[in-house]
Amino acid sequence: MTLLAVERIKLFTTRSPWWCMLLALFLTIGLTAVIAANWNNAPMPVLGAVYTHTFGLYVIMVMAALAVTTEYRFGTIKATFLAVPDRVSPLIAKAVVVALLAGLVGEAVGFGSWAASWLLADDNSQLALTTANDWRHVAGVGLVYAAGAVLALGVGALVRQTAGAVSIVLVFALVLESVVGLIPNIGDDIQKWMPFTVASKFIFGDPDASGMPDGAGPPVVGELSPWGSFGYFAAISLAVFIISLVVVKKRDA
Amino acid sequence: MIEATGLTKHYGATKAVEDLSFTVSPGRVTGFLGPNGAGKSTTMRMILGLDRPTSGTVLIDGKNYLDLHRPLDRVGALLDAKWVHPNRSARAHLQWLARSNGIPDRRVDEVLDLVGLTRVAKRRAGGFSLGMSQRLGIAGTLLGDPDVLLFDEPVNGLDPEGILWIRQFMHRLADEGRTVFVSSHLLSEMAQTAQDLIVIGRGRLIAQTSTRQFIEDAAEDTVKVRSPQLDRLRELLAEHGRVSESATDAALVVHGVEASAIGELAARHGITLHELSPQLGSLEEAFMQLTKESVEYHAHD
Amino acid sequence: MIEAIGLTKRYGNTVAVDNLSFTVAPGRVTGFLGPNGAGKSTTMRMILGLDRPSSGKVLIDGKPYGSLDRPLRTVGALLDAKWVHPNRSAKAHLQWLAKTNGLPSRRVDEVLDLVGLTKVAKRRAGGFSLGMSQRLGIAGALLGDPKVLLFDEPVNGLDPEGILWIRQFMQGLAAEGRTVLVSSHLLSEMALTATDLVVIGRGRLISQSSTTEFVERSTENTVRVRSPHADKLGALLVDKGFTVREDTDTSLTVSGATSDQIGDIAASAGVVLHELSPQRGSLEEAFMQLTGDSVEYHAAETGK
Repeated sequence: MTLLAVERIKLFTTRSPWWCMLLALFLTIGLTAVIAANWNNAPMPVLGAVYTHTFGLYVIMVMAALAVTTEYRFGTIKATFLAVPDRVSPLIAKAVVVALLAGLVGEAVGFGSWAASWLLADDNSQLALTTANDWRHVAGVGLVYAAGAVLALGVGALVRQTAGAVSIVLVFALVLESVVGLIPNIGDDIQKWMPFTVASKFIFGDPDASGMPDGAGPPVVGELSPWGSFGYFAAISLAVFIISLVVVKKRDA
Repeated sequence: MIEATGLTKHYGATKAVEDLSFTVSPGRVTGFLGPNGAGKSTTMRMILGLDRPTSGTVLIDGKNYLDLHRPLDRVGALLDAKWVHPNRSARAHLQWLARSNGIPDRRVDEVLDLVGLTRVAKRRAGGFSLGMSQRLGIAGTLLGDPDVLLFDEPVNGLDPEGILWIRQFMHRLADEGRTVFVSSHLLSEMAQTAQDLIVIGRGRLIAQTSTRQFIEDAAEDTVKVRSPQLDRLRELLAEHGRVSESATDAALVVHGVEASAIGELAARHGITLHELSPQLGSLEEAFMQLTKESVEYHAHD
Repeated sequence: MIEAIGLTKRYGNTVAVDNLSFTVAPGRVTGFLGPNGAGKSTTMRMILGLDRPSSGKVLIDGKPYGSLDRPLRTVGALLDAKWVHPNRSAKAHLQWLAKTNGLPSRRVDEVLDLVGLTKVAKRRAGGFSLGMSQRLGIAGALLGDPKVLLFDEPVNGLDPEGILWIRQFMQGLAAEGRTVLVSSHLLSEMALTATDLVVIGRGRLISQSSTTEFVERSTENTVRVRSPHADKLGALLVDKGFTVREDTDTSLTVSGATSDQIGDIAASAGVVLHELSPQRGSLEEAFMQLTGDSVEYHAAETGK
């Protein structure tokens, strides 16, 4: 418990996490509000309300990466390892704190976007959260943010540099996963198993496709069920994080 | 020669330097001492025309720094070794500096050799240790073969060999008739380096004198005495001066009695002496004595 | 107490620390000296469990750092004053550090006061001068009131008052029976601070001894004698086989004899002494003598 308090103090006594959180909220809810205000032709679906969540996800992942890379940059990681030489427990504590925070931001993003849509859309008849699927679309954002934060933290701990960690995360999520689909023949098959693609299936995947308007993209479930998709994404995040723990433990600080 | 006359610098209501006048003579190493916040850096920056005095003047060989033609030929200054672009090589850094004052490229290699950086001249300066950066900074000051040299904490980050080297180097520069002005916090080092001292506190001049004079004026001289008949000697000496016990070994520290007088006294009473050493006060004691009032952050014991 | 036993660290083909064994005893200030690149930092990092030895081990009170429970209560270290997040306040920095080892936040205020930073405790550490950062680092080392303290270049950036303060402070810690290991390049400062020395060069132990011994062993020791009867005393000393140099009519420099021996001879001959000062070499001379061939960058000897 004390280590959780330690990481909480560390996180909230500098400014960048606050900026990241505000930016995540502002970007997602703001963009959703713009979309909702201009959604005129049909009732707005729940999926439309959480469409922008990925922007916030990237910001939160940057925050998570920074939470560990700045410790390397400023040498506080060494002070941490001097205080807690087993090295693993402070990193786990950091992951818990960052993941919890990311989860909270994610919930705020999900429900904030949904509420903005509810207020601003011309026709909000489809926005009511009636089914378990509807709830997953909105509340699931928090889970994806939490898992994404753990993934970014792991990358940060492996790479140790802000620039490196942030570019790896962003280039992978924004570029690589799309580009891989362009590879002839096997591209689609690989893309299906890419972590961020799978994560989006958890948010957007809907076994009942009737809620989607035409042309809004295929709301298909991936190879896995929606919850299976989340499990897959979380497992990858956890794996990267565990690898980073092993490396940090072995490596000279 | 550097001459400050009524030099004053105010930042808003803060008086960083207040009516400061002093002269730094050629042919000597002059130490510039003062507690943190005394105004040493500001003074150095005004000498070099980086900061503008609120009032007063500071002249280098009779001229304002800003009026010097090709200033690097007249004045070499090392204020902060980190004023180097980290991705530029040591050699490239010196080359642009040299070019700016029409100094030939050959001189770049000479000064690199002088400070012992020839082997790493092509490496990027960002990867240098503090000690190597310091040497690079010193190389920069020497480029124009100047008559006046200013160093701010030159031994910072140097290892013992580097410290010895720069001390001897500064002595040699002074012996060649140059004006060498060194600011430092390391009094034990300055005691060995500087022949003259300028001491400031709270922006004002506290002392301008030779190092020896400064110590003699402010610190108390004592005599350390060891003897197999220490108790007897203690009684005898107590009649003539103040006697305290040495902290490190079985010896007496005698205040206010000349060593020769102690020797005569011991001989008269047939007391054997094992040591009779006059102890010079330290620059540190003298400095603490004189700057007590002007220290910025006091630590508690 | 710190014990290094056969401590070795290799980076690829480079041997940074080579079979290094030494002991740092409690109750004294031990200086840790060596030229640049001698392996001092690597050794300190291995003591603190930050770097893993390639072989050998280093123990603190019989245990490796990694197996200490709440290590800040046993060991306090100041390796680099810049190991602070620049946007965090001094107080917040110490607070998280205190929390890691279950130390009360009252202790944070105590150490801030001890190093004289109470007034600026809420200011962001990034705006601190090197001297203030150094004080903050020292405050961090003291948090757990540890029995073993390690300082790397502690006077770096401190002003004369700060230097005097940290020297007296370290001596005070040693007098309380703590183990104090200080690494520094400032030999004139270390001569005043350290009673024992561990000297390394190119990763190997060069010497472990008291400071006095270290200096006496590697520099020439003479005694300066002043006396109104210098010629008489000089002749007596020459008879005993000591080397005597006459500096003036009343002063001599004697080699080969201790000041005790000279004092005894003078007393038995009834010669009045005006001075009898053992002249010791400096720590710097001794250091240069012993580490001469293990220096990384040699500056050119000749000037322009």
